[in-house]
Amino acid sequence: MLLSPELIKFKLQSILPHVQKPGRYTGGELNQVVKDWTAISTKFALIFPDIYDIGMSNLGLAILYELINQRPDVLAERAYTPWIDMEALMRQENLPLFSLETMHPLSQFDIIGFTLPYETLYTNVLNILDLSGIPLFSSQRNSSHPLVIAGGNAAYNPEPMYAFMDAFVIGEGEEVIHEIIDQYQSWKKIETDRNGLLLMLSQVKGIYVPSLYQPKYHSNHTISHIERLNENAPIPVIKRIVAKFPPPPTHFIVPMIDTVHNRIPIEIMRGCTRGCRFCHAGMVNRPVRQRSVDEIVRAIDLALKNTGYEEVGLLSLSSSDYTQIIELIEALNTRLSDNRLNVSLPSLRIDTFSVELMDALKSTRRGGFTLAPEAASEKMRDIINKPVRNELLLETAKSIYSRGWPTIKLYFMIGHPSETLEDVKEIVKLCKAVLAVGRSVIGKRAQVNAGVSTFIPKPHTPFQWVACDTREQIFAKQDLLKKELRSNGLKLTWNSPDETMLEAVLSRGDRRMADVIFEAWKRGAKFDAWGDRFHYEIWQEAFQSVGIDPDFYTHRERSTDEILPWDHISTSIRKKYLVQEYLRSKQGLVQGDCREICHACGILPTFANLRRDNPGDAWCCPEVRSPKTKSTSL
Amino acid sequence: MRIRINFSKTEIIKFTSHLDLYRAWERTLRRAALPMAYSQGFKPHPHINLACALPLGFTSENDLVDIWLDKDISLDIIIDRLSQAVPPGIVIKSVEEISPQTPSLQKQLVASEYVVTLPQQFDNLSQDIDRLLSLDVIERERNEKKYNLRPLIYELSILPNNTAGKPQIKMTLQAKEGATGRPEEVLLSLGIDPLAALVHRVHLILINFPE
Repeated sequence: MLLSPELIKFKLQSILPHVQKPGRYTGGELNQVVKDWTAISTKFALIFPDIYDIGMSNLGLAILYELINQRPDVLAERAYTPWIDMEALMRQENLPLFSLETMHPLSQFDIIGFTLPYETLYTNVLNILDLSGIPLFSSQRNSSHPLVIAGGNAAYNPEPMYAFMDAFVIGEGEEVIHEIIDQYQSWKKIETDRNGLLLMLSQVKGIYVPSLYQPKYHSNHTISHIERLNENAPIPVIKRIVAKFPPPPTHFIVPMIDTVHNRIPIEIMRGCTRGCRFCHAGMVNRPVRQRSVDEIVRAIDLALKNTGYEEVGLLSLSSSDYTQIIELIEALNTRLSDNRLNVSLPSLRIDTFSVELMDALKSTRRGGFTLAPEAASEKMRDIINKPVRNELLLETAKSIYSRGWPTIKLYFMIGHPSETLEDVKEIVKLCKAVLAVGRSVIGKRAQVNAGVSTFIPKPHTPFQWVACDTREQIFAKQDLLKKELRSNGLKLTWNSPDETMLEAVLSRGDRRMADVIFEAWKRGAKFDAWGDRFHYEIWQEAFQSVGIDPDFYTHRERSTDEILPWDHISTSIRKKYLVQEYLRSKQGLVQGDCREICHACGILPTFANLRRDNPGDAWCCPEVRSPKTKSTSL
Repeated sequence: MRIRINFSKTEIIKFTSHLDLYRAWERTLRRAALPMAYSQGFKPHPHINLACALPLGFTSENDLVDIWLDKDISLDIIIDRLSQAVPPGIVIKSVEEISPQTPSLQKQLVASEYVVTLPQQFDNLSQDIDRLLSLDVIERERNEKKYNLRPLIYELSILPNNTAGKPQIKMTLQAKEGATGRPEEVLLSLGIDPLAALVHRVHLILINFPE
């Protein structure tokens, strides 16, 4: 299967006319970086394990692509999952998966890096390795194979994918990516065996090499302890953060076909101070750091010149909490008002201030305005720690409708174990109340779209111990919503309970899940994130063949002293803090925004030196003035 | 001001659709910092008019697009900025200013000329072409509607002395709104798989209305 780029290009000529959207597989877009393959020693493939249309909009990979390609000694190229039609033809023609820049087979790269933003991409990772002729299991790979690594939000629980990866990046990649490359290059010079490389990598802070650890289980399948197979393997592996963001990427590749987001993404802030207890992103992305208005505006200017995009997305977990949001919008308005630019500002808080913000964005299209109350009853809001008063929500809705948005999208979550059908009825009531407000302002044009997702307990959150609703419970709650939320002006969308179950199993899975993933892939599971491509029966067969009961992972409430599969991976949030938040949720006690009072989650002690070196507004944590300590020399 | 750009769509973007090519022009103009004129209405969009959709997989030269600008700018500057701003795959040959009253490209367009490179030699190709041209009616079906392809074929011939080493056919097909001949339909009528052929549109034939 080792083909030259010329041969791959030649074969593509006859294949591409037969597939949907062949522009996914050609590369050659504006701003792609093509380096001289023969002149560069270290070749890095960046892979998004879904199709081009989705992967091209991923900011994480765009950041790494630009950072790696700035180095003269390394090249970074891209690859995505071929869609089903393309995969079939590639297998038929013995065409290995190739990079878009130079059409080299992935097996010829030195390092292959996957991003794993969510769990339902796992089977695609196996499929990509298989299509590339690279052994799926880390244990089967030798020095002639690429180093295969992964990072991203799902990698905070690396265990379900442990067998397929040589190493995981825990946390933020901007700095550690260079250290991985440096270690790889040093290893190349001394040429020890592959285990030598893995040991070297394990010494890089934030790198988890799964083959150096061995979990031991009790007879009831819970973990008794994690054994280290090498005395130098760190335990726990503490996540990496960047104290100060590198400059934002501005040379985005501009696809020549339509993709999911056709825009310049710019991260204005990372992390969130709100502390919603279900929110994985809010827990793992601490501390909260922000970019200056100046840096954002300069980056947007530059990116507009480089790409010609007509839209800018200001990204963060909570836009209204960006401390200089008004200044930012004013700066954007004055500079960009005659460019007919659309600016999107996602994740707004529920208050009239948010509406004023959106209104101030002169260019914004008036389509739907999104609010995420998540829960409708006061009880549930206290449990998940997202307190919003209904009067405020209705007042906000009134302001939205009267300022010209005909549609309000409301995001809710069902499925927390404390939730009853009464709480779900509150969702119905609230949607109807919002619609009534809309009708009183703009009449029949008013619309409410309710997006109701299902709660999935995530690792490293205060809900990591709780049980998921059963399929029957979810069906009952969804039936109620479907029955009640179907009049004029109301639209409901929901998640398939089977897809929810899979995500729930994988999210809190241990190493035994690797066998299940492998068995599911062998039986044809792929594109599990695509509703119409997802087949739960395949997964059920896979569970059966391995002899694992998925309910163990989904419907079992864990005790807080159980050793969890990801306990040797640290986000720096103290377990005590998570336990405390869990107990408070049980008592219905809310916890305030940590911008006002630090709740001592554990971030600051771990990263005290970084905070000391970066004082002021760049971080939202309190300042650190005590002298440097050795123990926190990250 | 209204400008007409003569450009080529080359091999590397042959899988970019008509709609995506429209967007590519919009982004090119933004990168070139040329002041696009916008349509009126609730959702204003830039006034860009591509002559004729090119099916996915086809390449072109002497392709035409009209663009309206809000300000008058010297053609030298326009050409300079556009040439630097176009994405890989679009090559600009010339830019001219045309009268704002000029009828739309669709109204001016009469026919398109194609050169089709075939994957291999076909025995009897010449006879097949003669036979096709001798017919009064070539019945084809498109979108479940039957139509006669023959009157849409203005010219169909084998190109002599081609440099590609593979046989090439030249065809000129009618391209009027609602009555457009498609090269893939002609190829199918000749028993040739259009997906195996390389179709290149070499000319758009316009009529000039008296001003």
